[in-house]
Amino acid sequence: MSTDETGQGGTAGTPAGSAGSHSGSGRNLIQLITPEGERISHPEFDPWVKDIGDEQLCSLFEDLTVVRRIDVEATALQRQGELGLWPPLLGQEAAQTGSARALRSDDFVFSSYRENGVAYCRGVGLTDILRVWRGNAASGWDPYTVNMATPQIIIGAQTLHATGYAMGIQNDGADSVAVTYFGDGATSEGDVNEAMVFAASFQVPVVFFCSNNHWAISEPVRLQSHVQLADRAAGFGIPSLRVDGNDVLAVMAATRVALDRARHGGGPTFIEAVTYRMGPHTTADDPTRYRDANELEDWAAKDPIERIKTLLDRKGLFTDQFQQHVRDKADEVARELRAGCIGMPEPEPLDVFKHVYSSPNSWLDRQQDHYARYLASFGDPAEATSQEGAR
Amino acid sequence: MIKEFRLPDLGEGLTESEIVSWKVAVGDTVSLNQVIAEVETAKAVVELPSPFAGVIAALHEQPGTVVEVGKPIVSFEVPDDAGASPAGAAPAEAETPKRQPNLVGYGAVVESSGRPARRQRNFGTPAVKSVGTQPAATPAVEPAETKAAETHSFERPRSTPPVRKLAKDLGVELAAVPGTGVHGLITREDVRNHVGGGDVPVAARHLSAVSDAAAPAGRTAAQGGREVRTPIKGVRKFTAAAMVASAFTAPHATEFLTVDVTPTMDLLAKLKTSRAFADHRLTPLTLVAKAVLVALRRNPSLNSRWDEANQEIVQFNYVNLGIAAATPRGLTVPNIKDAEAMSLLELSEALTALTETARAGKTAPAELADGTISITNIGVFGIDAGTPILNPGEAAILAVGAVRKMPWAFQDEVALRQVMTLSLSFDHRLVDGEQGSRFLADVGAILADPGMVLTMV
Repeated sequence: MSTDETGQGGTAGTPAGSAGSHSGSGRNLIQLITPEGERISHPEFDPWVKDIGDEQLCSLFEDLTVVRRIDVEATALQRQGELGLWPPLLGQEAAQTGSARALRSDDFVFSSYRENGVAYCRGVGLTDILRVWRGNAASGWDPYTVNMATPQIIIGAQTLHATGYAMGIQNDGADSVAVTYFGDGATSEGDVNEAMVFAASFQVPVVFFCSNNHWAISEPVRLQSHVQLADRAAGFGIPSLRVDGNDVLAVMAATRVALDRARHGGGPTFIEAVTYRMGPHTTADDPTRYRDANELEDWAAKDPIERIKTLLDRKGLFTDQFQQHVRDKADEVARELRAGCIGMPEPEPLDVFKHVYSSPNSWLDRQQDHYARYLASFGDPAEATSQEGAR
Repeated sequence: MIKEFRLPDLGEGLTESEIVSWKVAVGDTVSLNQVIAEVETAKAVVELPSPFAGVIAALHEQPGTVVEVGKPIVSFEVPDDAGASPAGAAPAEAETPKRQPNLVGYGAVVESSGRPARRQRNFGTPAVKSVGTQPAATPAVEPAETKAAETHSFERPRSTPPVRKLAKDLGVELAAVPGTGVHGLITREDVRNHVGGGDVPVAARHLSAVSDAAAPAGRTAAQGGREVRTPIKGVRKFTAAAMVASAFTAPHATEFLTVDVTPTMDLLAKLKTSRAFADHRLTPLTLVAKAVLVALRRNPSLNSRWDEANQEIVQFNYVNLGIAAATPRGLTVPNIKDAEAMSLLELSEALTALTETARAGKTAPAELADGTISITNIGVFGIDAGTPILNPGEAAILAVGAVRKMPWAFQDEVALRQVMTLSLSFDHRLVDGEQGSRFLADVGAILADPGMVLTMV
């Protein structure tokens, strides 16, 4: 019934009807750490993470924890009126962290609005992550400083940007890779399909990383696709991997496979990371209206952070000292995030004209002149400006 | 130092939210991000995390109040060196704004150089001053006039259509109401306060009776008037709409049957002591529900739906059995999905779970949707019979009356028997008198002699 056999319990008993079968499909998930925190061997993918030792595992745990903390703090900031909106990533930490940590610094990321964990791993400033969500800027950061484009709000449009960028890499003869992140809902969009057609035609170095979090706002993935999303790639002639998106190690292995293929002229790869959006679509959404509480419970048992915590504990690595270190780090990040958010300077009214054209434009200049004089009509321009900004 | 927390826009472009409950009380010490309240917006019920660490100094709104975005809802006593104030606390809102707002696209159109002319809003002065024709005179007069302007108004008082409607409904002259909103906008609260409600929560506010109009509004408000006005909203509003829709689309017919249910009560007593049902809550309703399910198999037309749009009658081969439940938020009819496939034990479990969930107010929307037939247990209120209104979209509803000891003809003598009345309403478009009667007779036959089930399955 569901698009994964990891147990989307809520739909198991539904009478036969819509998405009854994934005929000829039903691939096993690539998994290296079980939800119970057991490291299981996988002959094909183990070699791709053989360098991940104890220290690296601890570091992954730290990133997962910090990413979750960023998300929770930002959600709270929205509820406190400090952010206009926030798209929580709760539950998707491993899919984002595991893949982002597999990238090289010269790879280029084109993400949706939910990949704030990827942004953190790429080194985007904490305040920069929030800038757009506070409504203080049209874009949060300079993409070229971290090789990650600012988040795309249009569903799936970033896949086209990634494919185009990858065509550029190909023309340059470079061995970097364009990686694009999108959700299960985006696979129903024309943009994503067009991007995959072009990527396959030109065999460009791009990785399509689909975070299947099971819900396109209120639309369940089983309605959108009667086959597993990973199986759609075959229709484009793109090889695909289906990975447990809550297993940070498996995600990392799968991403490395895809990156390696792209770097060596093997063309695009589609990765379906099977995960779950534990929170609302955005802070303006109420998932209890359309989602079964049992389904949430099933996925809570597959939490991405819990399993690696158990694994570390089994290895004797989850010491008090380590826990304290991670807690301190998360607290510090949360503090910095909050302070950066609240202390962000308000934009000036005339800033709206700054990012329209790179060269002077007479029409725009005229509008700016009118607006400036309009503002000046309130008296002291500085005061009028600050009032406008404080709004 | 006191810091105020103003209600933020919790969705995208929401103007108000309802305080559902406070999770803290005045005097409580709270930490940053600790949940302090539950708030219901048009989109969702959300928890509000505290923006400060400190002590709750005041809660400004009662639970159940609809609050405009931007209004202070809670004050914190925080240490003086605590972090910056939230943006939600919009600065300088209380001050008289110096700027006069102008709609985007309507201002600054003049091409000439120098100070652009701007649409002049008159808040007080009669419109005798002409900005265009007497430019020289304007600067000299302006300051005095603008000061005077604040005292009384010549323009239509600034408000919004819903508030104007409210004022009209309450018989309030808007010109007499001081506005406290942005730029003197008259808000819903201003109108209500003007009527004399003060800070009393809307739901509990007593308004004076129309006939008592001569009395000062304040007195009746304080003492409790002759009428209580409660805003129609939430479950009540929904229930009303559903009832009206049902009553005026489906032609209702109601039938009654009074049955000697002593054998059923005996069976119930026996089952209660049996091991299988030891830990289960078994009630007459459980057995009535089972009887309904058995009888439906023989009379499927009562388990159907009139599909007006497609001009089809949909007959269900499953039963989603609705149970009307009185909840803290009003009447709801959650249903037990696929009840026809349940054993008596499963049915009793499902019934218990359903009523407990409903009483706790936690019924999920899915449990309320897609019912196929309903039962309403009026017997718990000591009532015998009634003419229930169909749950919209369903073909039948059975009201179960109280079980009473009554003198009854039994084995050709008058005996004291346990008797119950069943009232069945059905949609006469879907169910003919014959089918309705047969169904009701079947349910009655089972309750009069549970052994009759053997002849029906």
